[in-house]
Amino acid sequence: DQLPSYQSLLYRRKSSAGGSKRRASSRRRLSSSGSGKWATSTISRQEEKLKVQTEARDLSNWIQWRQNTRRYLKRLKDDAQVWLNSLQLWRGDIHLIEGMFGTGILSYFFFLRFLVMLNLIIFLLMFTCLFQAYTLLNCLIGSLCSVYPSSARRGLVIFHEHITDLLSGGGFLEQTYLFYGYYKVDKIHFSHITYNLPLAYLLVTIAYLFLSLIWIVRRSATGFKRSLVQDEDRFQSFCNKIFAGWDFCITNENAAKLKRSSLLYELKTDLEEERIKQKIADRTRKERCRIYLIRLILNIFVIGVLAGCFYSIYRATIFSQEAQMNNVKENFIVDLIIEYLPSIVITLANFITPLLFSIIINYEDYSPAFEIRFTLMRCVFMRLTSIGVLLFSLWSQITKCKEDPCICGYNHVLYSCWETRVGQEMYKLTIFDFIIIAAVTIFVEFPRKLMVKHCDCGLAKWWGQQEFAIPQNVLEIVYGQTICWIGTFYCPMLPAICIIKYFFIFYIKKVSLINNCRPATRPFRASSSNFFFLGVLLIGLALACVPVGVSVAQINCSQACGPFVNYTTSWEVLPATVSHLPSGVQTLLHALSSEAFAVSFFVVTWYVFEADVLYFLFSVWLCF
Amino acid sequence: MGTTASQLGKDSLAEYQELTFLTKQEILLAHKRFTELLHKDHKGDPHARVPMDRVLTLPELKSNPFRKRICHVFSTSEQKDGSLTFEDFLDLLSAFSDSATLEIKSHYAFRIFDFDDDGTLDSGDLEKLVNCLTGDTDDTRLTTEEMRQLISNILEESDIDKDGTVNLSEFQHVISRSPDFVSSFKIVL
Repeated sequence: DQLPSYQSLLYRRKSSAGGSKRRASSRRRLSSSGSGKWATSTISRQEEKLKVQTEARDLSNWIQWRQNTRRYLKRLKDDAQVWLNSLQLWRGDIHLIEGMFGTGILSYFFFLRFLVMLNLIIFLLMFTCLFQAYTLLNCLIGSLCSVYPSSARRGLVIFHEHITDLLSGGGFLEQTYLFYGYYKVDKIHFSHITYNLPLAYLLVTIAYLFLSLIWIVRRSATGFKRSLVQDEDRFQSFCNKIFAGWDFCITNENAAKLKRSSLLYELKTDLEEERIKQKIADRTRKERCRIYLIRLILNIFVIGVLAGCFYSIYRATIFSQEAQMNNVKENFIVDLIIEYLPSIVITLANFITPLLFSIIINYEDYSPAFEIRFTLMRCVFMRLTSIGVLLFSLWSQITKCKEDPCICGYNHVLYSCWETRVGQEMYKLTIFDFIIIAAVTIFVEFPRKLMVKHCDCGLAKWWGQQEFAIPQNVLEIVYGQTICWIGTFYCPMLPAICIIKYFFIFYIKKVSLINNCRPATRPFRASSSNFFFLGVLLIGLALACVPVGVSVAQINCSQACGPFVNYTTSWEVLPATVSHLPSGVQTLLHALSSEAFAVSFFVVTWYVFEADVLYFLFSVWLCF
Repeated sequence: MGTTASQLGKDSLAEYQELTFLTKQEILLAHKRFTELLHKDHKGDPHARVPMDRVLTLPELKSNPFRKRICHVFSTSEQKDGSLTFEDFLDLLSAFSDSATLEIKSHYAFRIFDFDDDGTLDSGDLEKLVNCLTGDTDDTRLTTEEMRQLISNILEESDIDKDGTVNLSEFQHVISRSPDFVSSFKIVL
């Protein structure tokens, strides 16, 4: 009844029970295998231990003391570990969700917690490097390009205008640490060193992007090598579902019933998929041509829809910007709608397109698993590219002047401080995203639950109870985080706002989950979901680096505000600082940044990490 | 908490901590929950047995489709009636704890899934296993054709020596390549 390997260990110990030397070795084996914890019953282990203890009482005090200390230290370590675990954020709430819904949905909440931590670190970074330093500063000079009319309201301010300011990031919020425009260009002189604030601003930006990358990759590294080396679901999907399918953590009877039905559904779907694959393999050539034609037409249609959405985002942004510039105040609500027009259009597009995609995919006749992945890919593309389109339309507005080309490199008449405008747009996107999540939960999910519970009509039955759709929720979060990464350069306090936002989202989602939802009929595996989340997050990060990189390196920074007024582009701070360093350091840095070095470094890193990178790319595809 | 700690001596507590994968808090909590299950006559007896139907009232086991098998596997009673002593209970929690190794978990999982206790998982065991997982009523069962397809798939994936049954080492091999097993094979009080 014992494990085979430990059975032989026991026999070895029994035979070495005589002789002092052997006694010492057996005691050593006891202490090391005391932490080995056999699968024997406690009774027999206790008998063994008693026997060994009576024999070992003759042993020297020194060895006994050593054993006891070791045991004590190990217990101390265990207790410390337990205490550290109890400090984790939201531990009680997560345990509750785990019991009710199992480990699949849990991964979404772990993901939220991870993002809160990430944003906290980014915010601390910004705070220590920038805010503290900037409180010691004063103002700056003037030329044509550096005219910066203050947009703070004067005179008697009506209350709702404060709310407009709060929601749009304008008015009194514009001249605060919230936005890029408030940060000054000076250096702080201490006794021996000069703290170069513009340089710090640029380096902090690069640092937080890099830090996010490292942390995400490290977090996914634990997951992907193990799951790939163990050749995930591809080769033993049925065994995994049957042998490891039941979540023993489930304590709620309802949740158990739902888990059973979801397992049944999953098994039936997989068996059906196998039969469909067989059918596909048996297709004739004529049928295949017909299907390829249909797929081509539908894909063109999808591209057309996407193009239409992007164009409407572009027009909405331009309209909103022009209306704000004209400064015609109609009334409170209309003003707000115009300010938020790009966000509204993006949210509408992100709401309609997934529905459209899920309808279209039915006609394309793929296998069920591929259908889900492909729809998801299209949704990810839609969500993340819409931000890109918004930024592109903003950029086209900013660099469009009456005379071509612009004198200052940007439209200094309309956008005297264009970075703050971009920051305001990102701020608005974040606020609107949060409002939409809260509003959908309160005004759609709760009534839906009430309707399903109390009303027995056909509509209630057809609509059904809310399911916690993990992919859509994750996309929402990643969308918010991408905006945060892009926006932090222009709106340095955005990470703090995002932390507050995620805090509220956690509790909103938790309450909604417990009260309104049933688990998805298509369950999300805990292991691959970690992958999916981090993969999409990395795509968001990669997308975020592009606009930040382009605006730092290419677009002329505002001359009227911000820390880079003395430079043409933000990137120029770096070469300017390097040229002031001692010449030895300069030659070293030049060598490091030379092409030869960069290429060879890249080749070496690729060679060393090639396996990892390939594993990672393959697994991102897999988890989709 | 004070009474519980004095009922379970410091020595026994330390010993259990060493012999199982559980922490001090977990052992104390287990002791508290176990004494609640005991009949009041047996409260002082450290070797008292709790009958299976009382063990099955625990909320952690109540909704588990394998609860009866779990009791049978961890029970050391001679009548094979699934009753548990406190140490059996600790063994159970230790095998299902966070820190137990994959080898221990897969060993016990195999024994739990082996419904006829013959040391291998044959088609009868697998069929009972699937029915436990999906539910035993008529509308929650797979059809015979689907069951046949499923069992042949499982055997194809795990049966290496092609003898039509899954033995312990084949089972452990399959489990070692399953990423979800360790996180789902867990019971925490």
